[in-house]
Amino acid sequence: MRRTLLVLLEKEFRQFMRNAFMPKMVIVFPLLVMLVIPWVATMDVRHVGVSIVDNDHSEASRRIVEKIRSSDYFSLKSVTESYEAAYASLEEGDADVILSIPEHFERSLAGSSPRRIGVDVNGTNALKGALGSQYMVQIVRQALAELQQEQMPVVATDLFVVQNRYNPTLDYQHFMVPALMIILLVLICGFLPGINLVSEKEFGTIEQINVTPVSRFLFTLAKLIPYWIIGFVVLTLAMLLAWWVYGLVPAGSVGSVYLAAFFFILTMSGLGIIIANRSSTMQQTMFVMFFFIMIFVLMSGLLTPIESMPAWARAITYLLPPRYFVEVMRAVYLKGASIVELWPQYLALVGYAGLFNAVAALTYKKQS
Amino acid sequence: MTTPNAIEIAGLTKRYGTLTAVDHITFEVWRGELFGLIGPDGAGKTTLFRLLTTLLDPDEGRATVDGLDIVTQYREIRKRVGYMPGRFSLYPDLSVAENLEFFAALFGVKVEANYDLIAPIYRQIEPFRKRRAGKLSGGMKQKLALCCALIHRPSVLFLDEPTTGVDAVSRGEFWDMLFNLKRQGISILVSTPYMDEACRCDRIALCDNGHLLGIDTPAGIVAQFDEPLYALSGSDMYGLLLEARRADGVKECYPFGASHHLVVAEGFDAEAFERQLRQRGFKAVTVEPVQAGIEDVFMKLMQR
Repeated sequence: MRRTLLVLLEKEFRQFMRNAFMPKMVIVFPLLVMLVIPWVATMDVRHVGVSIVDNDHSEASRRIVEKIRSSDYFSLKSVTESYEAAYASLEEGDADVILSIPEHFERSLAGSSPRRIGVDVNGTNALKGALGSQYMVQIVRQALAELQQEQMPVVATDLFVVQNRYNPTLDYQHFMVPALMIILLVLICGFLPGINLVSEKEFGTIEQINVTPVSRFLFTLAKLIPYWIIGFVVLTLAMLLAWWVYGLVPAGSVGSVYLAAFFFILTMSGLGIIIANRSSTMQQTMFVMFFFIMIFVLMSGLLTPIESMPAWARAITYLLPPRYFVEVMRAVYLKGASIVELWPQYLALVGYAGLFNAVAALTYKKQS
Repeated sequence: MTTPNAIEIAGLTKRYGTLTAVDHITFEVWRGELFGLIGPDGAGKTTLFRLLTTLLDPDEGRATVDGLDIVTQYREIRKRVGYMPGRFSLYPDLSVAENLEFFAALFGVKVEANYDLIAPIYRQIEPFRKRRAGKLSGGMKQKLALCCALIHRPSVLFLDEPTTGVDAVSRGEFWDMLFNLKRQGISILVSTPYMDEACRCDRIALCDNGHLLGIDTPAGIVAQFDEPLYALSGSDMYGLLLEARRADGVKECYPFGASHHLVVAEGFDAEAFERQLRQRGFKAVTVEPVQAGIEDVFMKLMQR
C-alpha cells in the first residue's frame, strides 16, 4: 500500500512539474497577492473631494477652509459662493462632500441660536460617504474649538484618551495580510485539488484507474498530499513576506498558526473533493467553487466584521470553516493569543475537517 | 474441478431512467475464446463492458468474470482483467514508458516480468518511448493502451471498440495481435461496429438496442441467411434503389457498399429484372447473385 502511494505521488508530482502553468502559478500567485493587494485593497478612506460654499467670509470660515486644505483625509476641490456650482461638481463626481457655510455664520456663533453648517454627501459609495461626513463634522468642530480657545482662553480639557490596542496605528494592512493568507490557502488547497480530480474525469483517465486494484482512498490521498505540501510552502512564503514587507510577525506562536492552518487545509481539500465528486466537468467545478469562495470571502469576517452583519447572517457564519480560521489568525497575529484561549475555534476546525473528509469519502464512487 | 467460463452472463439488465441500455442479456464466453460483440452505436456494447469491468452495477441479473461475481467480488476482478475503454484513457502528459511503468506499478508488477506478453506490440512503439502519450498517432495510442491493459497478464481482456478511428492497415495489425494473445490463453471480449472485423472472431454476438439478436460463429451466423441474395449496381444508384423497392418479387433492398443488396422471393428471375431495368432507361445495370455476409444477417435480424 505504501509502495502504491509512492507510485501515485510520483505520478502526481511529475504531472505537476510538467504542467506549463502550475509550478509558476504556485510561486507567482502568492507573491502577487501578498505584495500588491495590501496596498490597494484598503478600506481607509482618504482624499475625499470637498467643495466649500463660503458665504460668510469670516475668520471662522477661513479657519475651516485651511483646516480642510491641510488634512490628508480631504482634498479641497473648490471654494465658491454658489451652492449650484458646488452641486455641479458633486454631480460630476469631482467632489464627494459639499460644505456650505451660511452668511453671518461667525456672528451667529456668539448668539443664542447659531446658524447651521450644511454637509451634503455623495452616498453612492456608502462607506466613503459615511466616513467622509463623519470626518467633516469632526474637522469643523475642531477648527471652531481652536478658534474659540484663542479668543477666550480657558484651561484646555481633553476629555478622551484613545488607544488602539493590538494594531496601534490602525494599519489596515495588518488587518488584511492574515486575511490574504487565508484566501491563498482556500484557493490552493481547496480549488486546485478539486480541479485536478475532475480533470481525470474529463480526460477519461479515471476509467483506466478505476479498473485497477488501487483503492479510492489511496488515489484521492495521492491527489491531496501534493497540495497540502504546496499549501504549507505558500503559507510559509506568505508569512515571510508579511514579515519582510509589512513588518508583521505573529504576536503569538508560529506553531499555533501552523496547527490551525493544518486543520483548515484539511477542511478545504475535503470540500474540494466533495465538489469534484459531484461534478463531471471542470466548468461545473469552477462555478461551484466560485460560489463557495464568494461566500467565504464576503461572509467569514475576512474583510468585514461579522458583528455588523444581521443576526441571520451571523448564524450562517458558524457554518463557514474560514470564519474560525480568520479568528485564529487575527487573534494569534495581532493579539498574541494561543490555543488555550482559542480552543473553541480549533475544535470547530477539527470538526469541520473530519466532517468534510468523511462526506468526501462517502461521495466518491469508483463506480459511476 | 472444471475451470469456469471466462465470462458468464445471465439476464443482465441495466437501465438509465426509462432507457434500457442492456436488456436481459444472457451468453457466455469460453476460456481462450476471442468473442466479438457486433452492433451499431447505441446498441449497449459500452454499457455491457462497464458492467463486466465492475464500473457499473446491474439493475437485474448476474454475471461472473473469471468465475467471480461482478457485484460481490469486484475487487478480485479488478486484479484479473484488462480493460481498454473506447476513449483513449492514458495520461497524455506522461511518456509512453512512464504510462506503462505506472500501470505496471499499480498492479504491483514489474514491466520486465510480463514483457514477453507485450513485446510483439511494445516493440513497435518502443522507438517513441520518451514521447508523451498525448502526442502519439491514433494507431500508436491504441498499441500503448493495449500494452497497459496487458501489463499485469490479465486472464480476461475487454476491448471496447479498439479499432474505431484507426486506419485500415493498423486495424489489420491490431487483429493479428489479438489473435496472438488468444493463443497465449487470454480470453478476449471485443466490440466493434465494423462487420468485416467480425469474421476474425471465434464467435460473435449481434446486438442492437440492448438486445442480443443472435450468437454463433461467423460462419454459423452467415449460414442463418437462407434466402437468395443479389447485388444490384448501375449508374443511377438512387433511382435503382427506388425502382427495386417497387419491383415485384423483391422483398427487401438496401444499400450495401458500392451496390444494393436485394433479398428476393422464390422464383425471382434476375435476367428478366435486369432487362426490365434497362428498358426503363437505367444504364450499366448488373444483377448478380452474391454470398450473404454478416451485415446481411444483421439487416435481416433487425427487421424482425
